[in-house]
Amino acid sequence: MDAHTAWLFTLSTLDAMTPILLTALGEILAERAGIVNIGLEGIIMLGAMVGVMAAEAVHNPLSPLIGLLAGLGIGAAIGLLHAALTAYLKGDHIIPGVGINTLALGLVPFMLIVYWHSAGQHQVYNYARVPRIGGISPVTIFALILAPIMWYILFRTSIGLTIRSVGENPEAADTVGIHVERVQAIATIIGASLAGLAGAFMSLDWLSTLTKEIAAGRGFIALALVVFSDWNPLRALGGAALFGFFDVLREWVKIMPSVKAVVPDTLLNTIPYIVTLAAVAGVLGRVRPPRHVGQPYKRE
Amino acid sequence: MAQAERLEVSRTRLPEWLVEGLLRLGESVIALLVGLLVGAIIMYLSGYDAVEAYKSLFGMSLFDSYGLTGTLSFTAPIMLTGITFAVGVRAGLFNIGAEGQLYMGALGAVLVAWLATYKIRLLDSVLGTLFAYTIGVVLALVWAYIAGILKVKRGVHEVVSTIMLNWIAFWIVEYFRVYVVYNPEDPSKTISVPTHARLPLLVPDTELSATIIVSILFSLFVYYLLWYTVTGYELRAAGLNPLAARYAGIKTEKAIMISFLVGGIASGLAGAGEVLGRPPHYAITTGLSNLYGLGFDGITVALIGANHPIGIIFAAILVGALKSGARYMQIYAGVPLEMVRVVEGVIIVALAVPGTLRMLREYLRRRRELAELQKG
Repeated sequence: MDAHTAWLFTLSTLDAMTPILLTALGEILAERAGIVNIGLEGIIMLGAMVGVMAAEAVHNPLSPLIGLLAGLGIGAAIGLLHAALTAYLKGDHIIPGVGINTLALGLVPFMLIVYWHSAGQHQVYNYARVPRIGGISPVTIFALILAPIMWYILFRTSIGLTIRSVGENPEAADTVGIHVERVQAIATIIGASLAGLAGAFMSLDWLSTLTKEIAAGRGFIALALVVFSDWNPLRALGGAALFGFFDVLREWVKIMPSVKAVVPDTLLNTIPYIVTLAAVAGVLGRVRPPRHVGQPYKRE
Repeated sequence: MAQAERLEVSRTRLPEWLVEGLLRLGESVIALLVGLLVGAIIMYLSGYDAVEAYKSLFGMSLFDSYGLTGTLSFTAPIMLTGITFAVGVRAGLFNIGAEGQLYMGALGAVLVAWLATYKIRLLDSVLGTLFAYTIGVVLALVWAYIAGILKVKRGVHEVVSTIMLNWIAFWIVEYFRVYVVYNPEDPSKTISVPTHARLPLLVPDTELSATIIVSILFSLFVYYLLWYTVTGYELRAAGLNPLAARYAGIKTEKAIMISFLVGGIASGLAGAGEVLGRPPHYAITTGLSNLYGLGFDGITVALIGANHPIGIIFAAILVGALKSGARYMQIYAGVPLEMVRVVEGVIIVALAVPGTLRMLREYLRRRRELAELQKG
């Protein structure tokens, strides 16, 4: 592999890791505060859809930015709904996520037909595409910088201590005067908005198309990455690079004639999922989730 | 004394299980109405006639005899995938692997169809039907077992593992569809189950086959298993409070494995049944389009049916009506049938609002008590 090919491979890996990293970082934040959101897959899909809608509706030089912000916004809105149901109404954490995923699975193909009059995919117009800096997307740069920042906030500041204490022991946090629900709600909203941004990145930037299966399990791969990273943003950065690498490797191997002759492409498609499963099951020893994650906190 | 009085009052009212059941029913009905309302709003905003859409949807799926057979044939697989999810919840799991297990079940049936067509002609008979169900269930069991063993031995959360297994199953079945059990005369599907190995149709010239009977019988079996056997008791105890169950000598790992395996059987039956009993294809179509989503629909079914096998039978008919009616909604009102999945999603979100009615009941009770106090 020559230098140019290696560079192209690196760029592709950066693209592939960006949505998983953003989504996982958001979920790490939410789970550190004790809220699980398995609706990430749906939020990615809706972020991808709403991002394109907003960017194309504006149609000016700011289109890409507005599209990305719209993706962020729809994520935040769903995060708000999730926070209302889980942090405030003390409901089950998993069920609303399942609902959002189901809704997105219906709404995205529905809107592709109704809004874009196309069954299955929409090519994003050039003016709505996010411009690149030396081949790298600004969203990727943002995600790469966000990881250490989030690590610093979580483990080196009092805000981080507050968030972690809510996830570890809400009773104790409550006793010392922390607004448990408010902290959980803010973490959930920021977390979900990052998933929305990840979706908008996929449709407006990386793939520049909107398809009905755009997320393709990435929301769940991000969930796996959260476990894999031991709820640590810096380890999530490494994990996302690993998953991104295998995602790209699959696509590259697929078009190699020597491989194509031996292994059918349909089986190569299983690679990222098998790697994820193996990573969560074996590579890492024991991980310890925040003690109170996923349980509704009810005051006595 | 106040406590004794309260006991006296409660004894004269309806039995607790009935009140509880009616509340759960109320929650499901409200969630359903919210889902339909949000669906109507989205249709209105998209320029469709929501009233016309729902009229054609429910009118045909529930109040037309041919439409009703369609509804029941849609009901059959999602009743079983609903059982998969519900048995998981009863053991304290969120097993969303029904989708992948259903693919594997269908693959098993198609593999037998391939054998019956090219290798063992003897299988073009009832023998083939039974063999196809068996292989389908075995493959689905393998898929459920992997998730179970990862959970029990490695602590892998089932939401993550089952979703990955769903995707792996998807591509494996696609591989077989394209490269092994393809239909040489029609590239849009796999080979079909030969005529004599198919499940009999209950009503001629419809899609309704014996799969619905399999589904109802298995649901009743799971009801019996959960509430009338020691295994079922242990499974539910492990789900309600794993620590207490372990303290009482119940092996929670075993309960979890059994829950996965019973779920696997249900989804395997669903997948094999779709191939063996669904005209006109009796096969797996391109992109698994005739299977895709049946596992996820089971989650909706289980949640509406309050994770109770009997509730699931009725919830499956309802969701089956939505799915079957979606076709008529598309034909007569022009609304894309994906709309139904939006409605489903909203129903689930609405079901997540925890015990709205329960809170209302609590509020009314307190108000009544307060009023009684003031009177006295």
